Amino acid sequence: MLTVQFLSTVRLGVKSLMLHKLRSMLTMLGIIFGVCSVIAMLAIGEGASYEAQEAIKRLGSNNILINSIKPPEDTKQSGAGRGMMLDYGLTYKDGSRIQTTIPGVKRVLPMRIIRENVRFNRSEVPCQVIGTLPFYTEVVGLEVVRGRFLSHVDEVHANNVCVLTVGLAQRLFPYEDPLQHSVKVDAFYYRVIGLVRETGTAEQRPQKAKTEGEPIDNNLYIPLATSRTRFGEVLMRRSAGSFEVERVELHRITVQMEDVSAVETADPQIKTVLSRFHDKNDFEVIVPLQLLRQAERTKQIFNIVLGSIAAISLLVGGIGIMNIMLATVTERTREIGVRRALGAKKRDITTQFLVETVVLSVGGGLIGVVVGILTPFVVSHLTEMKTIITVWSVFLAFGISGAVGIIFGLYPANAAASLDPIEALRHE
Amino acid sequence: MTASPHELMLRIVGLRKTYELGGDNRVHALCGVNLNVERGCYLAIMGPSGSGKSTMLNLLGCLDRPTAGQYFLGDEDVSRMDDDELSEVRGQRIGFIFQSYNLIAQLTVLENIQVPLFYQGRNLKESHDRCVELASLVGLADRLDHRPNQLSGGQQQRVAVARSLVNDPLMILADEPTGNLDSKTGAEVLDLIDRLNRGGKTIVLVTHDDRVASRAHRIIHMKDGLIDREVVNRQIEQPGPAAVLQNS
Ligand SMILES: Nc1ncnc2c1ncn2[C@@H]1O[C@H](COP(=O)(O)OP(=O)(O)OP(=O)(O)O)[C@@H](O)[C@H]1O
Ligand SMILES: [Mg+2]
Repeated sequence: MLTVQFLSTVRLGVKSLMLHKLRSMLTMLGIIFGVCSVIAMLAIGEGASYEAQEAIKRLGSNNILINSIKPPEDTKQSGAGRGMMLDYGLTYKDGSRIQTTIPGVKRVLPMRIIRENVRFNRSEVPCQVIGTLPFYTEVVGLEVVRGRFLSHVDEVHANNVCVLTVGLAQRLFPYEDPLQHSVKVDAFYYRVIGLVRETGTAEQRPQKAKTEGEPIDNNLYIPLATSRTRFGEVLMRRSAGSFEVERVELHRITVQMEDVSAVETADPQIKTVLSRFHDKNDFEVIVPLQLLRQAERTKQIFNIVLGSIAAISLLVGGIGIMNIMLATVTERTREIGVRRALGAKKRDITTQFLVETVVLSVGGGLIGVVVGILTPFVVSHLTEMKTIITVWSVFLAFGISGAVGIIFGLYPANAAASLDPIEALRHE
Repeated sequence: MTASPHELMLRIVGLRKTYELGGDNRVHALCGVNLNVERGCYLAIMGPSGSGKSTMLNLLGCLDRPTAGQYFLGDEDVSRMDDDELSEVRGQRIGFIFQSYNLIAQLTVLENIQVPLFYQGRNLKESHDRCVELASLVGLADRLDHRPNQLSGGQQQRVAVARSLVNDPLMILADEPTGNLDSKTGAEVLDLIDRLNRGGKTIVLVTHDDRVASRAHRIIHMKDGLIDREVVNRQIEQPGPAAVLQNS
């Protein structure tokens, strides 16, 4: 009985709103935009932070990355004179020091990264020659497609073997099967023993500075010992007439910790240990876990900012509704008087106008939910940004729209109910 | 007064209504009116503009509370009721017919007739049948789905008459019901009201028109918030108790 009466109140509300279709539609627009922006913005924010977090997670949250960097004061020197030798960066000793002094270290992976051209028959392709150890695959994401990765035996004997990334192999060997062929780097030949595909992210891949715009999966892996004997510690680089001579032992050390909890204590310890032997500022420490934490904080702030913007638009929508409802009450004063004369109690009038406002805002909310769910898809489609619609954001947005209707509807509804019946009946 | 002692529909004693206009400004719209109305009576209120006719009718209709005095509807003292109780009295025992029809624009004829039942929480299916019946009583059975703005003034007033009847009230109050109508359509509406009265409803009607008032059993003339004189129309048969019991 009560629900029947409630339903007919809702029907009446819809009918009254349909009397001014354009006006009701425009009023709803505020709520539609509000709800739509809550859902869409949260979806975009969620998507962006998801991507960032995934990228960092792939770096390995129990890894610590240490890169050699050219100290800024040395850069100036090298510009001043030709043939000056730069001596900087991580050393083999740094690696063993970290291994022995820092508690909780599982593995220390050293890497030498040298830019060179690789040749096979008449084709010549620029690439990164990476000297590293067999457990590279376990520390950094790498998928062996064919053959095998470097082995312990290769390392001990400093074998002239190499593993190519798939992209590089395709460029070097358009027709032949690369396995068991030999490729030439500088003056030496290396036998291809395997093909791999990089699965890590750009940051994670071995990459020297200033390689933007070049393919990053152009890698050729050789045993670390081979890299030392074939290339030596002193590296020469010719560029536009002048040439640079650098002495760099290792370009990167990846420290894998036993578990995530050890990462944050190890980070300052590593810095202390290294800075004791490096008076120049020639290394940087990257902690993916901290990046992850930072990304989470950024996401929170992002969500708060987006949420506030959306909340403000809902607030504006609510004020719009209240404004229209107040106008409606004035316009329908006579109707209110008639209803009161015909037996309506104050609370009947309150209910009627409140239901009308809620119909307006919830109707807007529903349309907003639909538009809000569609918007992220369009955004993803047009910008390749990842978007994630969370269920709670839909409920939140819809709930807020209902609440807006009630909050902003109460005042006009009470104003309507408190009209004096006789005054209302006399109203023109 | 009437020859046969009928049951009283309403009784007002020393009824006053004073409007405070701020400061020492007061308007005494009613200055202590006494009046008895019997069940089944057809009463017309006449008088110059500003004499307090509408004020009186509003008080009788429980739309307002008197400043002083008592108003008994049946044997209940309405002047002491709170707002919700007054709403209930209006919804259950009183029917209103206004000069300007006062139909609700967004509702159809049928829905307009239904409004008073809606506030009584009545079963809609049941009330639907009653509303159709009333619509045909006032000759609008073929206009059920029309909106008020699609009807002539006379038709709208007939819808209002049907609406005033839907809750089966004891008393129907009409403030210049023919004021906006030409004499022919006005007469049609008045014929309807006559029929209701013959069916047993008590009618209180405010008018400026002698011909309208001549249909009533009793005519009271008001002046400056008081009943100036009363005329009993002897040409019209007052309904006996038998007719009162008969339901329309
Ligand atoms: N809300 C109000 N505030 C102040 N004064 C009022 C109010 N309502 C009525 N009055 C005054 O009360 C007096 C009686 O008014 P009422 O409306 O009862 O007259 P009436 O007899 O119906 O006149 P008419 O024939 O013109 O309709 C008038 O002097 C009027 O100015
Ligand atoms: Mg009047």
